[in-house]
Amino acid sequence: MNRIDKKFAELKKPGRKALVTFITAGDYGLQNTKKLVLEFEARGADIIELGIPFSDPVADGPTIQVSSERALKRGTKLKDVISAVGELRNKTEIPIVLMGYYNPILKYGVNKFISDCARNGVDGAIIPDLPPEEAGELISASRKKDFATIFLLSPTSTPDRIKLISKNSRGFIYYVSLTGITGARSSLPAELSSRVRLIKRRSKLPVCVGFGVSSPGQVRQICRAADGAIVGSAIVREMERNSAKKRFIGNVGDYVQKLAEASH
Amino acid sequence: MKLPDRKGHFGVFGGKYVPETLMTALEELEGAYKAAKNDRKFSEQLRYYLEEYAGRPSNLYYAARLTKALKGPKIYLKREDLLHTGSHKINNTLGQGLLTVRMGKKRIIAETGAGQHGVATATVAALFGLDCEVFMGEEDVQRQSLNVFRMKLLGAKVNPVKSGSRTLKDAMNETMRDWVTNVRTTHYCIGSVAGPHPFPMMVRDFQSVIGTEAKRQILRAEGRLPDYLMACVGGGSNSMGLFYPFLHDRNVKFIGVEAAGKGLSTGMHAATLERGGIGVLHGSKSYLLQDEAGQIKIAHSISAGLDYPGVGPEHSFFKDTGRAKYFSATDGEALDAFRLLSETEGIIPALESSHAVAYLAKVSRKLKKSDLVVVCLSGRGDKDVDMVSRILSEKNEQDR
Repeated sequence: MNRIDKKFAELKKPGRKALVTFITAGDYGLQNTKKLVLEFEARGADIIELGIPFSDPVADGPTIQVSSERALKRGTKLKDVISAVGELRNKTEIPIVLMGYYNPILKYGVNKFISDCARNGVDGAIIPDLPPEEAGELISASRKKDFATIFLLSPTSTPDRIKLISKNSRGFIYYVSLTGITGARSSLPAELSSRVRLIKRRSKLPVCVGFGVSSPGQVRQICRAADGAIVGSAIVREMERNSAKKRFIGNVGDYVQKLAEASH
Repeated sequence: MKLPDRKGHFGVFGGKYVPETLMTALEELEGAYKAAKNDRKFSEQLRYYLEEYAGRPSNLYYAARLTKALKGPKIYLKREDLLHTGSHKINNTLGQGLLTVRMGKKRIIAETGAGQHGVATATVAALFGLDCEVFMGEEDVQRQSLNVFRMKLLGAKVNPVKSGSRTLKDAMNETMRDWVTNVRTTHYCIGSVAGPHPFPMMVRDFQSVIGTEAKRQILRAEGRLPDYLMACVGGGSNSMGLFYPFLHDRNVKFIGVEAAGKGLSTGMHAATLERGGIGVLHGSKSYLLQDEAGQIKIAHSISAGLDYPGVGPEHSFFKDTGRAKYFSATDGEALDAFRLLSETEGIIPALESSHAVAYLAKVSRKLKKSDLVVVCLSGRGDKDVDMVSRILSEKNEQDR
């Protein structure tokens, strides 16, 4: 059983839901990324998503676009991100998944990516521009290493696609809350809960909801129906606000703690 | 076998590499396109607009003075520059515009580089009563201000894109983001044979009218098929449109001309097929300009329409199978060709199309006098006159 499955099994007993945090790896430097991961765990985050920076993030809004640019400017490479997780594995067993666009992974080599990830303690990958139809190589390499392939579902997904994505996903299903790109929104679609329940009726996998989630209130709302809430842009914004401050890590941690309390 | 296959692949290229939110829209589009293709009423409608509105068929013109000046093969120009809106882009936007209406969508969005596709989309939006927004890199907004104004006159909203290199690649990113957000009401009218399936196939089909006509016209004029077809390649829609109807005419050689920018050795170019590697961008697998970490490189070309680090997947397939050969022409060579065609034939070509003429000028002496060449003059150069005059006067200053 990999770390993600174990985590959801653990959460099941007290009836708790998962807080999944996203930051771009290498944003404000990989040293800070590692510190933030440990801080987030201490503050109650359940699963860590690390973004692989990319030059052309078509599914992302301005906040994550800019954070990706910052990380690239520092020269953050996929291999460095994977080794950073390897270093973190001396200190933490929190599930860590990478989220990134397909081209850097393709260039790295799909098989090498999976085996390097597995060896360094990365638990899975979310690749927003790689639907299962094009993911044959990645899926078969992942199965050999018990590496989670986390595919996405959206408000426009048909019942056939729910079936397809459920069949090919491991770890959890990433439900995109709205038709749109990442970025904080003041409100979430009204049909969100019913869509999540519909997916949960058709799949045994946990369902976590991301895109647009930006407040403890929204996390609470999501966690009524889903197995977890994913927060990205709002945390990145908190990093931007605190980037010049001495208590950078601690202040971002304060925010994550509020989100975690809402999910638990 | 007919390509693409059922999943939109041309060999290893093509496919659908898009966020899940768009998958259903692509399936829907594929279905709508298939149904339209088999519907006689749709083809008749499209033909009506192509002929009565856009001015097809476009002429295949024997360029006698250019032929003489280059001292090489006999040159014919396929005059897409004479079409309404000034380029071949209207062939595709009329098709996709009709399809948008058929799908019941009220809004159409597009990316544009040189502004030709933006103008062609805005035109069709006005014609069919659709809301239209065009995304254009900020740098292109500046170098193609005339086309920006045309789009606005046609009632479209032009959104300058400030991210990344502020050119066509980033305009395409931003249009994808809009589409993901508004997919239920909006059709994304991709302007090239690029993007996720079914776009490369669909745009190819709509543009194939170029080659279908050219074939008929050259047979009438010369009684035989040409030896060479030449066209510029950015994303590759005018070249694909010219080439595709000759696919099985094995003696007809296809030559695509990419933008070599300041020179292939400088790294500042847009020669994706000559210098790129295989990757995934904007929904399909194809050749790309990228670094060793898989980050997309910024392309460079004097011509905004060729300034793109990707290329349509079927061109990548043609390259690997050898069906087409790809070469390039620099900014300087394109400028020379721009003047050459203006002076010898009284035709001011688009800077994009000038690349095809430039390559022909480079190789014409190596070709036989008895060879027949058809060059796709994909657009007219009015939009470029401003910039060319600026560049030439700067050059004169330097020479002085």
